[in-house]
Amino acid sequence: MTVAIETGKTVALTVDGAAVTVPEGSTVLDACRAAGRDIPTLCFLETLHPVNVCRVCVVEVEGSRVLVPSCSRAAAPGMKVRTDTPRVRHSRKMVLEFLASSVDLSTAPRVAEWLAEYGCRPERYGPEASAAEADERDRAVAGHHAAPGDGARATVAQPVKVDNDLYVRDYGKCILCYKCVEACGADHQNTFAIAVAGRGFGARISTELAVPLPDSACVYCGNCIAVCPTGALMFKTERDRRDAGTWDESRQHVTQTICPYCGVGCTLELRVQDNEIVRVTSPLDHSISHGNLCIKGRFGWRFVENRAAGRHADD
Amino acid sequence: MDLHLSDAQPTAEERGAVDAVLGEPESGWDGGRRDAARDGHVALGGGAHAAEARRHLLLPALQALQRAAGWISEGGLTYVCARLTVPPAEAWGVATFYGLLATEQRPRRMLHVCDDIACRTRGSRAVVEALEREVGPACHGGCEGVSGHDGSGPGGWLPSPCLGLCDQAPAALLTVAGPRPFERLVGAVTPVDAVALVKGRAVVPERSRPLLPQRGDPSLWLLGRVGVVDPTDLAAYEASGGYRALRRALAKGPEAVLREILASRLVGRGGAAFPALRKWEAVARQIEHPHYVICNADESEPGSFKDRVLLEEDPFNIVEAMTIAGFAVGAERGFVYLRGEYPLAAARMEHAIAAAREARYLGRDVLGAEIAFDIEIRRGSGAYVCGEETAIFNSIEGLRGEPRNKPPFPADAGLWGKPTLVNNVETLASVPLIVLNGGANFASTGTGDSTGTKLFCLSGAVERPGVYEVPFGTTLRAVLDLAGAPPPAAAAKDGRGLVAVLLGGAAGTFVRGDATDFPLTFEGARAAGATLGAGVVMAFDHTADLTDVLLRIAAFFRDESCGQCVPCRVGTVRQEEALHRLAAGKPLGTAAAELALLEEIGTAMKDASICGLGQTASFAVESAIRLGLFGGGKGGRKARGRTAR
Ligand SMILES: Cc1cc2nc3c(=O)[nH]c(=O)nc-3n(C[C@H](O)[C@H](O)[C@H](O)COP(=O)(O)O)c2cc1C
Ligand code: SF4
Ligand code: SF4
Ligand code: SF4
Ligand code: FES
Ligand code: FES
Repeated sequence: MTVAIETGKTVALTVDGAAVTVPEGSTVLDACRAAGRDIPTLCFLETLHPVNVCRVCVVEVEGSRVLVPSCSRAAAPGMKVRTDTPRVRHSRKMVLEFLASSVDLSTAPRVAEWLAEYGCRPERYGPEASAAEADERDRAVAGHHAAPGDGARATVAQPVKVDNDLYVRDYGKCILCYKCVEACGADHQNTFAIAVAGRGFGARISTELAVPLPDSACVYCGNCIAVCPTGALMFKTERDRRDAGTWDESRQHVTQTICPYCGVGCTLELRVQDNEIVRVTSPLDHSISHGNLCIKGRFGWRFVENRAAGRHADD
Repeated sequence: MDLHLSDAQPTAEERGAVDAVLGEPESGWDGGRRDAARDGHVALGGGAHAAEARRHLLLPALQALQRAAGWISEGGLTYVCARLTVPPAEAWGVATFYGLLATEQRPRRMLHVCDDIACRTRGSRAVVEALEREVGPACHGGCEGVSGHDGSGPGGWLPSPCLGLCDQAPAALLTVAGPRPFERLVGAVTPVDAVALVKGRAVVPERSRPLLPQRGDPSLWLLGRVGVVDPTDLAAYEASGGYRALRRALAKGPEAVLREILASRLVGRGGAAFPALRKWEAVARQIEHPHYVICNADESEPGSFKDRVLLEEDPFNIVEAMTIAGFAVGAERGFVYLRGEYPLAAARMEHAIAAAREARYLGRDVLGAEIAFDIEIRRGSGAYVCGEETAIFNSIEGLRGEPRNKPPFPADAGLWGKPTLVNNVETLASVPLIVLNGGANFASTGTGDSTGTKLFCLSGAVERPGVYEVPFGTTLRAVLDLAGAPPPAAAAKDGRGLVAVLLGGAAGTFVRGDATDFPLTFEGARAAGATLGAGVVMAFDHTADLTDVLLRIAAFFRDESCGQCVPCRVGTVRQEEALHRLAAGKPLGTAAAELALLEEIGTAMKDASICGLGQTASFAVESAIRLGLFGGGKGGRKARGRTAR
């Protein structure tokens, strides 16, 4: 979490040659944004600890041998940051291309725009290999893989996991940004139902022994869904409509309300289509909940309809 | 934190193995009998801090399960989670990270057969083929249908990355789980041996070759005791000059030790070539306490085995060196992070630490000097990336062995966020010598920027493979000659001879067999477009299939990537795929386009990866292509179909 401690002190640096001053404790990303640069990010979120793993936000910092992840590096006095050099653009292009060539990014906001901006051609890595069987990736063994044989490119394509009535996990869309793990763990929910398992290209988000969610510690708060940047985690209502071809953002509107279930008073944003609530979120900048809800606020409208949805529904 | 645990129970054997590491459970909250009156209604036995404080026992507990049962069962995992208050999903994330931990049932007797680059040129393929024929396919996952799950009957086998026994290639690691677990590295494995080992019909002796080609040479510094002084005898160590350096250090004080390290201009031997003093001083000056010292003994670079030899044959020297380091930087606790595949090294170090403690060289009051220092061994479990210094921290802390982003650097925030000194085994091995003979004396050997002597691991197409110690500045050709490498193929009419040398390891670079007349120094290697890396010198002659070697290197990086960052997680896959397309003569578009793509992939891995693994994963590939050693680039594989020797 980037909490700029308000010391009143500031840091002066340059971004692409222009002088910028940011509060002490800011990141390079903050400085770039202050300088009006639109840096792509995937694994970064204001309300989570930066894990700096996607590397799409890299910039050049004078004196650094390698590129620097702007989302996590602290802005330091006198730093000379470059956001748009050929080196930076090359790494961003490759990271986006690597992701697009291995992950289904069709429901990831803004990614299509970036792929075009950086001239990515994921198809140049060959035809896609066939998708994995249902639990094949969950059983990948660290340190071993089948040799690439037929000239096809490996992907994380696999069947979607539908094991409860509230949300689906489509890990064929997972870029392994760690956000859901952080949201479920120490950053927000403290439930620790999911973690990263495996290693290398076989790494994946998993419950223990890859058990279905109803057998895990999951309490269906949906805070993981709220932070997922690709739509890998999705309300079942949304997924069903998308699958049926009836998801239509032009027919949707968002209504803000206060959650009626308890005294905390979380703000709810209800996305409604055809008189049905299709997704519930909460604003990230809410001072108490930081975008988080519990099962009641997130799914309560379903909860009322279907108390048996998840094994923890009566917690 | 409320733990959500499955009802699966451990077997008595599993429970016993875990209790042997963690002690008997104290309350119902950590897996003992529930007693509501005593345990009360808090979810954490002893509170969250106690749970955090015990998290570092997670990996040792999982290793205990592996040794007892041959895999980590649901009941075993659940029991460990209950005992340590670790969420099962996180424990699963840790268990599935390591190659030597099985999360599906495997036979208790497993032979891990090295099929990495040195062994490949020395017959490992025949071993693998014999196992496939006479035992069955490799036991990757659950190996249903393979008997021996209960420990009886035949076992299973798996291919393995370099086992650090390349001087005795082809190598294998035998692990037998059960009440009396057994682990042994075996060298010079024949196909017949391998099948017998899997079937439980043979125990092949540990060592197949003379210990040290240079044994007894009086000019040796680091290897002086190897093969000469009994590594299990403290008195013999003392009689050979051991512990004089520690006494001198204690007498002169920490500042004096730092001054000698400064004068020695010692540079780290772990691959990154970082000046030792800079780290020592940085840690020593930190106001924040405690400080820690870590000996990086994870040696997993393909082709590297020098640290193993030092750990096995001169363990007291490492213990003494760590004690001096602890004294100099103000640390009271040291850890040896020791590769899981090195059972003998672990046993020797364990013994040395215990003997040193007994003799008050370690403990609360080292040699009556009112200085406390003690050492613990932490074993790895099959993850090359865990040799990266910040991955070691995570591994010891019971997290997945993923490297951390730097900064912060270990000297500022290392193990448990505290100032930590991490040095390679060989770096530390030089320390007693420097303290005893003076830094200036040490620096008088070698060159200006590369002082002292260096260990090189000679393997592949040489007559006398092994570890060699030479002063920095010796030429590569001279080192090759010591080990009996053939003359360059380029100079021979029949094309026979040395074709290429892999310098530094899989993360290193190739040099041509006829371009080896440069001095082995950090600066000399750099000038030759190479790197000394971990001191690997692997020779390939005309019989070697270098295309096959490169494919294996690419597979290695794909297997060993921790998977955290995109450039490395996907880049290593795309690199391997492109090389396979080229090797098969089926490029997408033209071969030139594939080579350009490889370069693009390599650049992104170098520039944008978090750690040195991704940053170096394309070095060997790029150097081989540059030198024309990769057959695939220009129409088909060189030397294809030739049998390895
Ligand atoms: C993937 C990877 C693996 C590494 N493995 C080892 C190792 O096994 N042993 C080692 O000493 N250093 C290893 N290193 C280097 C360490 O990060 C670190 O630089 C070294 O231990 C510092 O010791 P030194 O200064 O004495 O060389 C590795 C680095 C990387 C990136
Ligand atoms: S719904 Fe809540 S408890 Fe369940 S996995 Fe997501 S964040 Fe964790
Ligand atoms: S499921 Fe979503 S939030 Fe979780 S790691 Fe994958 S992409 Fe990120
Ligand atoms: S470079 Fe590779 S090994 Fe290193 S952190 Fe990234 S994914 Fe992990
Ligand atoms: S957004 Fe910075 S590394 Fe992912
Ligand atoms: S032991 Fe086989 S390559 Fe090193």
